[in-house]
Amino acid sequence: MTTTIEPPDLIGPEEPGTPGGHPPVAHHDEHAHHDGPTGIVNWLTSTDHKVIGKSYMITSLVLFFIAGALALVIRTQLADPTSSLVNFQTYNELFTMHGSLMLYLFAGPFAFGGLANYIVPLQVGAPDMAFPRLNALSYWLYLSGSAMMTLSFLVAGGAASFGWVAYAPLSNAINSPGTGTDMWILSLGLTGFSAIFTGVNLVATILYLRAPGMTMFRMPIFTWNMLVTGILILIAFPVLFGAAVLLFCDRHFGTHIFSVQGGGVPVLWQHLFWFFGHPEVYILALPYFGMVTDIIPVFSRKPLFGYKGMVFATMSIAALSTGVWAHHMFTTGVVLLPFFSILSFLIAVPTGIKFFNWIGTMWRGQLSFQTPMLFSIGFLFAFLMGGVTGVLLASPPVDFMTHDTYFVVAHFHQVLIGTTVFAGFAGFYFWYPKMFGRMLNDTLGKLHFWVLFVGFWVAFLPQYVLGLKGMPRRIADYLPSNGWTGLNVASTIGAWIIGASFLFFLVNLVVSWRKPVPAGDNPWDGGGLEWFTSSPPPHHNFTHLPAVRSERPVWDYNHPEHRKVERPEAPATTPERETVGAPR
Amino acid sequence: MRVNALFLGGIGVFFGIIGLVYWFTSYEDAGFLMLVGASLLGLMPGAYYLWWSRHMTALEGDEPEAEVSDGAGVVEAFPGSSIWPFLLGMGAFFATLTFIFGWWLFPIALALIGSAVIGATVESRRGGTV
Repeated sequence: MTTTIEPPDLIGPEEPGTPGGHPPVAHHDEHAHHDGPTGIVNWLTSTDHKVIGKSYMITSLVLFFIAGALALVIRTQLADPTSSLVNFQTYNELFTMHGSLMLYLFAGPFAFGGLANYIVPLQVGAPDMAFPRLNALSYWLYLSGSAMMTLSFLVAGGAASFGWVAYAPLSNAINSPGTGTDMWILSLGLTGFSAIFTGVNLVATILYLRAPGMTMFRMPIFTWNMLVTGILILIAFPVLFGAAVLLFCDRHFGTHIFSVQGGGVPVLWQHLFWFFGHPEVYILALPYFGMVTDIIPVFSRKPLFGYKGMVFATMSIAALSTGVWAHHMFTTGVVLLPFFSILSFLIAVPTGIKFFNWIGTMWRGQLSFQTPMLFSIGFLFAFLMGGVTGVLLASPPVDFMTHDTYFVVAHFHQVLIGTTVFAGFAGFYFWYPKMFGRMLNDTLGKLHFWVLFVGFWVAFLPQYVLGLKGMPRRIADYLPSNGWTGLNVASTIGAWIIGASFLFFLVNLVVSWRKPVPAGDNPWDGGGLEWFTSSPPPHHNFTHLPAVRSERPVWDYNHPEHRKVERPEAPATTPERETVGAPR
Repeated sequence: MRVNALFLGGIGVFFGIIGLVYWFTSYEDAGFLMLVGASLLGLMPGAYYLWWSRHMTALEGDEPEAEVSDGAGVVEAFPGSSIWPFLLGMGAFFATLTFIFGWWLFPIALALIGSAVIGATVESRRGGTV
């Protein structure tokens, strides 16, 4: 069967312009050997992780652009204190759907359904995901859930309007009636199951389908992070599904789980939601951490600094993230402040280790600032700012002052744009050649980065100040006498700059599609197994594999003179100084 | 396998400890029960892996000196293409819509899910289109 979209002009001899200059490592001529459905029938019936991964990526990017457009309407409304661009009800629907589309339908699925689905089997040397048909099912559940949530704008009464967190009792049948709300709740069920199935698939693939010699501690960090993310999905998403079902029962079947009148507890919703919601933040972050961890060594031309430290930092972040859910609930007054505050502070430690290792990897390397590397460095800045303000918010007294203000809005946008957009597009630019066999234009990519980077700071730094000045979240207008106008205008301009930066991305896609530059197997001289096979990989991924003896098997294969020698015991003499990088 | 056992067992032990600390400092039952669930999620497969890591030879993926030829042979029967996941997904979609728009959608959901279950089972018996 044909599993890859490939233009005829890219089939042929190996690439001319690989920077590493190594001999071609794979000879595949079986693209044409698998007769099977093509076009829409292929899309409907394929169980190939590469086709499903690309479907996931395209769907989630479309939803990303829809959600981004909603954000621009929101920001335009807020640029003028008494704007009447949209009415209050529409505004509530807009910010709810912006958050829901971004968090449930873009950020997670783009990482674990899209890039991870495509890349993880390649990185571990597997022919496909462990359960190919389950993988396909999870895409169809994701697509139908996404369609359901997005189309809820069109039903009578409009879309859900209670924020992406759906707090009880605002989300009950009296305060939020309407079909759109029901569609929102049940679409969480569908997409939740899609995420669970993907999590099962990732864990099973990573635990069982590794190539010979690819031991757990030789896996690329992206794969490690996806293993941990898969476990986190299995912890968090069932809780979301259960909570959504309970909420639906409250709305339609007369139960009183979240309503005081019937003896229920509204705060229970917050416990259930945030027990999902906080691990969800790390389900959104860890895959992107993994992407930059794979990218930075390649563009520093050094092995990763502190491989095991990275793995244990990932595990500690994931473990701690499940014990901090109620730091979103400090102001409810019914949670244990010291417990959640201390655990939240502790997350800063493994995250700091990661930052140390990222910088240590770049330290004295031969840096080349191509597009994926620029986006990775942009991620470091963005996530640092978002992370540090997060540490502030973990302190209950600070949180009491800033809860539900624009300070929090700025914090989580810097965290989430840092990971899902900066790191996500770093990964996209990095693996696009592998997925489509052609390069993206580096100049357009750099323009995309710089415009985005400027817009990002212009949009969100003013929001910290607005929050400290007391501007609450989720308001559609304010008084000119509040003194918030100037900063809001600045933030709106930044948002439009961010929007404009994606024009470069779209142009880049069109250019690469109309005038393809062949990528070759290994355009970046990367070290992971995914660079050993052709671009795009053939059906079932590999025709042959190298011996895996380190965490960079393809680097060992292409550069035998630099092969890492594994020493079973400590050397008797002082080890020689590393010669990588510039002399001191 | 041993690494898997330690990894999953570690998750279980960590959430067990956190759960106990949380219970004895807050006496809040929802969070405690969810932490117990998370602990079991690590302990059960962790114990399974621990048992098997002592009762089987290592997988070639866990063997540091394994040669590529050690992985030769059939890994799995991977179906090349299958329409049943799509029908099952659409069946789940219609079943969900039933809760919102009424029971008239239910027969469609039932037909889709039923055909997908039968079709996928038959396909598995055939071995799929590998």
